[in-house]
Amino acid sequence: MADVKKIATRESYGNALAECGADFPNLVVLDADLAGATKTGVFQKAFPERHIDCGIAECNMTGIAAGLATCGKIPFISSFAMFAAGRNFEQVRNSIGYPHLNVKIGATHAGITVGEDGATHQCNEDVALMRAIPGMTVIVPSDDVEAKAAVRAAIEFEGPVYLRFGRAAVPVINDTPDYKFEIGKGVVLREGTDVTIVASGITVASALEAADMLAADGISAEVINIHTIKPLDEELVIASAKKTGKVVTAEEHSVIGGLGSAVCDCLSQKCPTPVYKIGMQDVFGESGPANALVAKYGLDGKGIYESTKEFVK
Amino acid sequence: MNKLELQKTANEVRKGIVTAVHGAKAGHPGGSLSAADIFTYLYFEEMNIDPKDPKKADRDRFVLSKGHTAPGLYSALANRGFFPVEDLKTLRHLGSYLQGHPCMQETPGVDMSSGSLGQGISAAVGMALAAKMDGKEYRTYTLLGDGEIQEGQVWEASMFAGHRKLDNLVVIVDNNGLQIDGKIDDVCSPYPIDKKFEAFNFHVINIDGNDFDQIDAAFKEAKATKGMPTAIICKTVKGKGVSFMENSAGWHGKAPNDEEYATAMADLEKIGAELGGAN
Repeated sequence: MADVKKIATRESYGNALAECGADFPNLVVLDADLAGATKTGVFQKAFPERHIDCGIAECNMTGIAAGLATCGKIPFISSFAMFAAGRNFEQVRNSIGYPHLNVKIGATHAGITVGEDGATHQCNEDVALMRAIPGMTVIVPSDDVEAKAAVRAAIEFEGPVYLRFGRAAVPVINDTPDYKFEIGKGVVLREGTDVTIVASGITVASALEAADMLAADGISAEVINIHTIKPLDEELVIASAKKTGKVVTAEEHSVIGGLGSAVCDCLSQKCPTPVYKIGMQDVFGESGPANALVAKYGLDGKGIYESTKEFVK
Repeated sequence: MNKLELQKTANEVRKGIVTAVHGAKAGHPGGSLSAADIFTYLYFEEMNIDPKDPKKADRDRFVLSKGHTAPGLYSALANRGFFPVEDLKTLRHLGSYLQGHPCMQETPGVDMSSGSLGQGISAAVGMALAAKMDGKEYRTYTLLGDGEIQEGQVWEASMFAGHRKLDNLVVIVDNNGLQIDGKIDDVCSPYPIDKKFEAFNFHVINIDGNDFDQIDAAFKEAKATKGMPTAIICKTVKGKGVSFMENSAGWHGKAPNDEEYATAMADLEKIGAELGGAN
């Protein structure tokens, strides 16, 4: 995929905020000394009076956003996923989730593609944490097109939304004329009959690669992009599970509590189906180049191909 | 309201606190009673609010950062006319709109859900910031416990408020000296409280928080203070007004039984009579 355009979704996040700034005068963006890294600096440059740097104090930033929301603002709080969801969990739960305030959480540098910074900064638990909060919408965009659409949709949506973005550049896969983003609606990217691969974030592109390799072996894989992990598009997942009878989930996140768990929660109750969960297998990450880590932990096309082939044989 | 009217009202607020906590068979009377004069002053004298329109656009805001003293806030709101005083008895009951800790979606007049210590002050800072961004005149008040300020988030919020010169923000500390595990200076001393807020670029006022003359003077001084937020450190008596609850850490989070309730109400009736009866 050397000639495919690649953009990090954190770039998309910053650009989308800047693009939406004029349309939404109540949009405000908060940072905790990471505006350069979360890419909200683009918004800051365009709308300095609506950008608030809180310093290295994520918990306070979250509470300030809650207060701003009670006064009619649409605040985005930006930090690395480790801090936005991890350090902040109880602030998000009690100051945003419980009062169901209209705060958006823009979490960048999620998952192992943080790379060289290593395990302390590679958050593989954020989706599990955020998904457990009642009323929280959780979105994991797969590329630049989807990330930008998700930001705009989150602004237009009333209520708390967790948006997960990555540090590393990822292939643009959704720049098609009929692409449409709707919160809670999954997208069938490829139809198949032998196995369903449900993916989110960076693993969507990997799943498409895996489907090509599986096709060469005579295995017909259906690929579904679940950009909204909560609320899950249960109808789509169930319909595909009924058709293929086998489901693989692939995510750059722990297999505990993320996309795989969400799919299992749905299928175990409504359409019992064998599921294999690809993701971080209850381990911490480590330092290394993002692409090497993705390969080591089996989240690239080859990894998903091998796991899926083993599962369906 | 004049001083006597405020004193009488505060006594009614205290009766509501004791009644609510007795009805709930649980809750936090000590820190509600210590702050009853502050609640009373805020809702009957200081704040621009309208019980008939609890969400009025440019109203002043209040965040009860020490959310466990919800009985104090609820009693002040009820006595001010936001909802019936009679309903205070339903505190903490299943299905009641008076939750154990403040819930902005349930209770008229509650501007922010709170109760997890250290978080309310940040929300109050956000409200004050919103007013500044929008060029509005409304003011934001938040009440913290002296034990609560052991939470690090309080100082994150204070650093930000001082840095942003939020002179439309008043942080009130109820310094009743006791927390669940005992005296605050035995558990983990936050003293000197005033010097800490000064270091975070606040204008600081030390008062007796159970004296309406001093409360009145402090809030007037806060309003006249420009270019920095104000912290009012209120020395108070935990359990104030109920003889057996005063200065007792044991009454931080415990409800009176029927006999204790009768004694508590008799104490407050006596104080009311000494003040010359109802307003």
